[in-house]
This record gives sequence, C-alpha cells and structure tokens, in this order.
Amino acid sequence: MANFEQWDGFAGRNWRDSVDVRAFIQENYTMYDGDESFLEGPTKATDKLWGRLQELQKEERAKGGVLDMETEVVSGLTAYGPGYIDEDMKELEKVVGLQTDKPLKRAFMPYGGISMAEKACTTYGYQPSGKLHEIFTKYHKTHNQGVFDIYTPEMKKARHNKIITGLPDTYGRGRIVGDYRRVALYGIDFLISKKQYDFERYARHGMKGTDFRLREEVADQVRALQEMKEMASVYGFDISVPAKDAREAVQWLYFGYLAAIKTQNGAAMSVGRISTFLDIYIERDLKNGKLTEEEAQELIDHLVMKFRMVKFARVPSYNELFSGDPVWATLEMGGIGMDGRSMVTKNDYRFLHTLENMGPSPEPNLTVLYSPALPEAFKRYSSLVSVKTSSVQYENDDVMRPIWGDDYSICCCVSATQTGKEIQFFGARANLAKCLLYAINGGIDVKTREQVGPAYKPITSEYLDYDEVMERYDDMMEWLSKLYVDTLNMIHYMHDKYNYEAAEMALIDTDVRRTFATGIAGFSHVVDSLSAIKYAKVKVIRDEQGLAVDFETEGEFPRYGNDDDRADDIAIWLLKTFMHKLSKCHTYRDSEPTTSILTITSNVVYGKATGSLPDGRKAGEPLSPGANPSYGAEKSGLLASLNSVAKLPYELALDGISNTQTISPGALGHDDEERANNLFHVMDGYFKKGAHHLNVNVFGTEKLIDAMEHPEKPEYANFTIRVSGYAVKFIDLTKEQQMDVIARTCHKTM
Amino acid sequence: MEEGKGKVGYVHSLESFGSVDGPGVRYLIFLSGCSMRCQFCHNPDTWEMNAGCAYTADGLLKKALRFREYWGTEGGITVSGGEPLLQIEFLTELFQKAKVKGVHTAIDTSGSPFSRKEPFFGKFQELMKYTDLLLLDVKQMDEEKHRVLTGRTNQNILDLARYLSEIKKPVWIRHVLVPGRSDFDGDLQKLHAFIQTLHNVERVEVLPYHTLGAYKWKELGYEYPLEGVEPPSAERIRNANQILHIGK
Repeated sequence: MANFEQWDGFAGRNWRDSVDVRAFIQENYTMYDGDESFLEGPTKATDKLWGRLQELQKEERAKGGVLDMETEVVSGLTAYGPGYIDEDMKELEKVVGLQTDKPLKRAFMPYGGISMAEKACTTYGYQPSGKLHEIFTKYHKTHNQGVFDIYTPEMKKARHNKIITGLPDTYGRGRIVGDYRRVALYGIDFLISKKQYDFERYARHGMKGTDFRLREEVADQVRALQEMKEMASVYGFDISVPAKDAREAVQWLYFGYLAAIKTQNGAAMSVGRISTFLDIYIERDLKNGKLTEEEAQELIDHLVMKFRMVKFARVPSYNELFSGDPVWATLEMGGIGMDGRSMVTKNDYRFLHTLENMGPSPEPNLTVLYSPALPEAFKRYSSLVSVKTSSVQYENDDVMRPIWGDDYSICCCVSATQTGKEIQFFGARANLAKCLLYAINGGIDVKTREQVGPAYKPITSEYLDYDEVMERYDDMMEWLSKLYVDTLNMIHYMHDKYNYEAAEMALIDTDVRRTFATGIAGFSHVVDSLSAIKYAKVKVIRDEQGLAVDFETEGEFPRYGNDDDRADDIAIWLLKTFMHKLSKCHTYRDSEPTTSILTITSNVVYGKATGSLPDGRKAGEPLSPGANPSYGAEKSGLLASLNSVAKLPYELALDGISNTQTISPGALGHDDEERANNLFHVMDGYFKKGAHHLNVNVFGTEKLIDAMEHPEKPEYANFTIRVSGYAVKFIDLTKEQQMDVIARTCHKTM
Repeated sequence: MEEGKGKVGYVHSLESFGSVDGPGVRYLIFLSGCSMRCQFCHNPDTWEMNAGCAYTADGLLKKALRFREYWGTEGGITVSGGEPLLQIEFLTELFQKAKVKGVHTAIDTSGSPFSRKEPFFGKFQELMKYTDLLLLDVKQMDEEKHRVLTGRTNQNILDLARYLSEIKKPVWIRHVLVPGRSDFDGDLQKLHAFIQTLHNVERVEVLPYHTLGAYKWKELGYEYPLEGVEPPSAERIRNANQILHIGK
C-alpha cells in the first residue's frame, strides 16, 4: 500500500492503493451545518490583485473584448515561461499559473481547426504567423479539416440550413472534466505509474485497431503527465509528489486544470466537484494551526480569481451561439452523500463568499447541488447570495445522485458526469421547431427553399389535422435523429484523432464510460404548436409556391407553462419520442445516448433561422431558451410555470433540463432575508417535484434596461445574470440578446 | 365551471406565486366583486360581482394544493380580491376545508363589509375559526377623507380592527400611501396611535401608491380619479414608515 508523509492525518485505506478520490472524500470530510458567520472578508492582497484584474478587464472591454493574443506560439503545456497577474505583485498571488505569459492573453490553439484559429486572431486585428499557417495546412491536419473531408452532402445541407446547429466541428467539443483533485492527492508520479500499469494491462493477443488507439491514447496521456510536471516546475513547484498542505493542494489542483485550458479550447472547460475535497486539506491545516480562516478564504479567493481569468480565442459565429465569452468553469457545492450525510462543508460557504469578497461574476459557474435535505443554514445562505448577485445556479442532487452517485461533476452548464470516470461526447442541438415545419412542408426549408429533409408528402389541407401532423412529424424526427447522430459520430471520431484531450484524459480512468449528449432546441414552441393544432383551429397561410409560411390560429389552446396537463403531456411525449429515436442509433465508441433541453444563448440565433410556427411565434423571433415555456405563455405565475417544467422526467433527458427564471425583488419578499427564505422554499418545492435545474435571477426589468442604455456605469461592469445554463456579464451580450433577455417574462405580482 | 356540490365562488384570477401577501410563499386567490370604489384601486377589473370564473371550494383547493410543496411551514393561501368578505360563505367553506388539510389561511380585506350585526356577524365569527391571519387595509383615519378616497365610511373598518384585537386574531395592518389623499402626518400619527391600542398586530406595512393599474380604469371606460397624482417620494415613504414605527 502506498503511503506518503503528505497523507499524515488522513483516514481510510481504500483510496491509498488505487486512484479513488471519492473514497478519500467520504472518509475524511467534515460536515458543516452552521451559518456563514465564520467567513472572513478579502485580504489586502486579494483586494490589490482583484483591483488590478478589474483594470485589465476594463482595458479588455475597451479594446473590443480581447486584451492580447498570441500569434507566434502554438499553445501547449510547456509553451510558456511563468506569467502573473502583475509582475510587481507576484509575491501576493497565493495561486499561480496563467494560460500564456500574460494575463488575459489568448493562446493560439490550431488543432481544432487552423482557419478558425486564424480567423479568431484577424477578427480582433491580430495577424498570426505565416509559418503556423504553413505547418497546419501543409504538414499537419486539423479536426475541422478531418470532419469536412468526410461529411456527406446531406450533412452539409442540414448544417447550412441550421436544422442541426452548433456542431462542434469548428470548435473544441469540451465537456471533459479531468479529475484535477488527483494531482493534489496523489502527485503526478503515482498517476504515471497507474497509467503505465494500464498500458500493460490492456495488452492483448492479436491486437486490433481499437487496441492500438487505446495504447496510443495512454501513451499520450503519460506524456502529458510528464509535461505537467515541467509546467509546474517553471513556477517553482514539484508536483511529482502529493500536496502537503492546503496551499499546495489548491495549487496542485489548479495546475491540473491549467494543463487542460492550455491544451484545449473546449466549449466547456469545467472545474468539477472540488469544494469538499479541498476543505479536507484546509480543515487539517486549521486544526494543526498552520492556517487561519482568513488565509483559507484568501486561498479560495485567489483560486477563483484564476478561474475568472480563463480566456479562449474564438470566432464571431461562436460568440453568437455562446455569448459573453463563457468557458463554463463550472464548480459544484453542496450535495448529499450516498450514505445520507450532507456534503456541505465550510468550503462551500467560502466559494459562495467569493461573490461577496470580489463581487458578482459569471465564472466560475457556481452550482449548488440542491436537495431539500441540505442544512437549512446553507440553503438560506446560498439563496441570499443568489438574491444579492444572481450568480448561482441550482441542480437537483436528489434526481442526479441515484444515477451518477455522489461524486459527479457538472461538465458543462448543467450536465452531470462521474468525476474521473466518465466523459461526454457532446454536440449541438436538433431544432425540433424547424423539424415541425419540415414535416408540414415535405422537407423543404422555408428560409432557403432548399430540399433539406427527405421529400415526404407535404400537408396540403387548409386547416391542420392533428393526427396527420403527428404522423408526418414522427417520420421527420426519425430522419433528423439519424442524421444528427451520424454527424456527431463523425465529429467525435475526428476530434479523437486530431485534437485528443490527453491532459484531461490523463486524469480520468483509462476504462472510461462515455455518454453521447445530444440536445433539443425549440422545445416549448413545438409543444404549444401541437397544442394549438389539437385544441384550436390552425389555418395554414401558403405562398405562391405552396409552402406554409405562416399560420392563423383561431380559438384558445392550453400552453406549456401553466401547470395544465393537456399541454404538459405533449411536452413529455415530445421528449420521450425524440429520445427514443436517438436511442435506436449506433453511437461512436459505444457511448450511451442522452439528450438535453438547454440552448445557452443560442436560442436567438436558432430563432433567426426558424420560420413562423402555429403557436403564434413569428419567423425570425427568438426561440424560448432551454426548457423554458414560451414568452408570454405563462399566465398563472412562477410556480405554475415551474410545475410544468418539473413534469419533464429527468431520466429522459439525463443531459439536463435547463430552466431560467427572473424574479423581481419586490415580488420575492420585503427584504433580502425574507427573499432568501422564500427563494429556498421555492426551490424546495420545485426540486421535490423532481425538476432538474434552475437558474435564478433576482432583479427587475428596469435594471436591465438601464444597463443596456448605460453600460458604462461602473455598477454594471460586473452585473451578472443567469441565462440558460450559465452566467454572463449582461453588458457583454449582443444588443439582440439583451432585448431577448428583457422581453422574457419577469415574474412579479401586483 | 368546476364540478362539485358546495356553493360556488366567483374568482377573478389566480396567481401561483405570492410572497408579500402574508408569510412565506403563498397561492393567491383574487375573488370578484367589491363595493368600495377606492380612487387608487389597481384592480378595478375585480369590482364587478359574480363575474369571472366559478369554482367550488373543493375545486379551488385542489388547484391550490398543487403548489403545497413550495409553501414550507410558513406559507399557504391568501384570498384577496375584490373584497373576499362579500363571498363569505364560499370563503368559509374554502378555509374550513383548507384547515382540514393543515393549510395556513389568510384574508386580504378592506374590512368594508364588516358589521357586528346579524346575519353578517355570525358568519364572520364562523369564518374566523378557520382563518389564521388577516391583512387589513386601513386607508385613512379621517372619516371625511376616507369617504372621499373610498366612497365609504371607515367606522366599521376600525371596528373590525378592534374586534380582531378582542379575539386576538393576528393581523397585518396595511396603509396605502397616496399623495394628497392619505399621506398627511396628522392622519398617520392618528393611525399609529390607533394601532397602539390593538394587541394583535404582527406587522404594519406602508404600500406606496403606484400607477400600474391606471390603464385598467381607462380600459373599463372609467375616468381615473388620480390622474396626475405621482407615486410618493422616497422621503415621504420613509416619513410614513417612521411615523408608524416600522423599523425598515
């Protein structure tokens, strides 16, 4: 059995011999059910560094969103020497390490696609070196080129017509969370020895292609681990051995994460479930008198500051989909263990407290794994922080724990994955609203007039017949699900081949489980449209070509978002039907298909490409985000809306069901204390009903309108709002997206 | 119309999420019909009697109970209006059934139908058996000004407050602050003195007048009597809170 002096004082045996961070946590963490009164404010060093960083962020905004970009060096683990927030204040930084040599400077990452990397530079006025262009066009192929080499014409057409949108063929797939805690607990050398053991263990007689692939991947992982040591040594640290105290544990863990963000520009680069783990080290040091509470908070503040600095070079089309420069450095707090103990520690309070010590911020994407059974003091405090900062999201631990256990991380905005044991092949969304129009128009896209889907018989009657529409829609969804999965399979094959995540995979079990995470867009509009066809009369308006371009709906019909089973049952049917179709497809590397109802800010772009619908939504208008009911559909208030969303069974959408709600402060209570109290009761109810996710914003539309008109006001510099699955600084959204956020229902009663 | 045996109540509208009309998270039921004509009323669309949707007590309670998980130990249902006491038999049946289910019940009332005479008084005493809290509007202490503001006397409203104090029924006293109508230091001081004589007041609230309901008057073809009256200033709100000794 391995034993390191760095482990003195830790309990348990099972985690010592094989890599098992969960066992370490379960045997060592200290529950906390008290309140927030122990917390400390920011230290002088924190104030100074955060002050400097805010200046840099201001400069970045003044320069159009990018402070600096690399044009000569390809990013890698050892591409740069040390970098600091400020060279003159570097001794103040308790946690060190930057992606490049300078703060907020964006690295050059060509493996996903050279033309994208170049375009990201030129968009902001930077010219990447011609030599890099030559290398990545003449001598080295990229992921993007690989995918376009093998796409079928049908796939290209579906992509161009945006019935499948946001495919990760021009950007990194992300959604892989390395178990960065392993670096701190075991040190790199131990991890290398385990990977080398796997390399031998997986040798077979008569090896074939898939065996070769695995051997090459493990070899790449070992190389990445070696380079991580080199990367850390540049900053003066030896991470070949375990971390000996809290400061080293935070630093070691961060180096693991830094390795990921130096090598991958993924759509989501989540941090994972680190809070309870780090608390164990902090508790040991506090007990031994090696650390004060003030120093503990400083460590967490500085770590979070680093997460607030993560930047990637991205192209405008990416920003349209995912606005506000997000990286989804998602980080979890709370949760209940399999043994029923609360996993809330003092560190969960410290992470939430960063929003008070350094103000609100979209990153890291702070996520509370919620259960009505969490300690009441913690539920109240996190609600209070939500009321004050609108920077926290909540996910139902009680529905996720039975499926993913008690050591899962959120690997993007809302999707769960078992830490260190599982990855996701993620990608894109199928626009089911557009698919409904294809069903009516026989596969022709009303926007482009192209025959995109199969030329099934169009519907020609003046009024839509529910049974006929359902039959055609079912056929069209069948086609779409197959095409969607085939396209994603190609993308993930090429991503593995040309842009493999060796650094992240090195911190994950070799015998990894894979899920295949698809997504749905336009959900509420399909539900309401089908309800209109079923319960009201929908007349089709056709153009001279005979294409259905608009609809006139006569009479009332129930809408999703009012706790009305007539509409909500259609919602459940839709999810079940599409998920069932996806399950029939072969998925790459025998991954397990899942789906999500979440759209980030892409609901605006998707809406632009979608024609008028029978529910009354006009062509080009934004789709409603995630699983949210449509704009104006909710007539019975917040809880009726929550009841509708809560009816969607999580087990049919294991990748997540995102719901964003904005409540005006006056409608939530008389003062912050009352608001916090009411908010956690709302969440208790919502999650008891089996709902999955809730983004909570507490502000009125007046504030949004003022921020849109006066983005220069200092109070709006860090004004953070939650949108579908993540948070953004409101002033970083495009004007269109700002209008969209404002237009959404703000729940208030008079 | 919902199926059921009991008397029906006329409902103007329902709101699944209320958090300022009584303690905790609450289901709000707005009953139709009011005989007051308050100049600042933001829901004139609720004045008409026997309008809106008819519900049985069972049907309405069933609808409300879909939200029970959100109420915790504090929350429950609040019946507002309109003037809920104008449908007192329906209200009593609803609350009686709600109490069987252990639901916290509150009435948001102007107090205007109250009287110690029969047949009302006996019905009211019965209702109080099933009522946990009343939110009582005291709009103006001065009888004359009250008549101008609401078209009615305030004597029976103040008597209701006294009666509730006698039977020790918890109340929240609410005062709508309308510039030029109900925002005079002298009247506010009288209100404070009156409240001091009561023994059941859990909370006193100042509700600043707002103009969000003005459009409804126009839609209904009424002339808006407070045309040109602006909401009270932050200073006047602070002043009222101070006079009424509200610590916020």
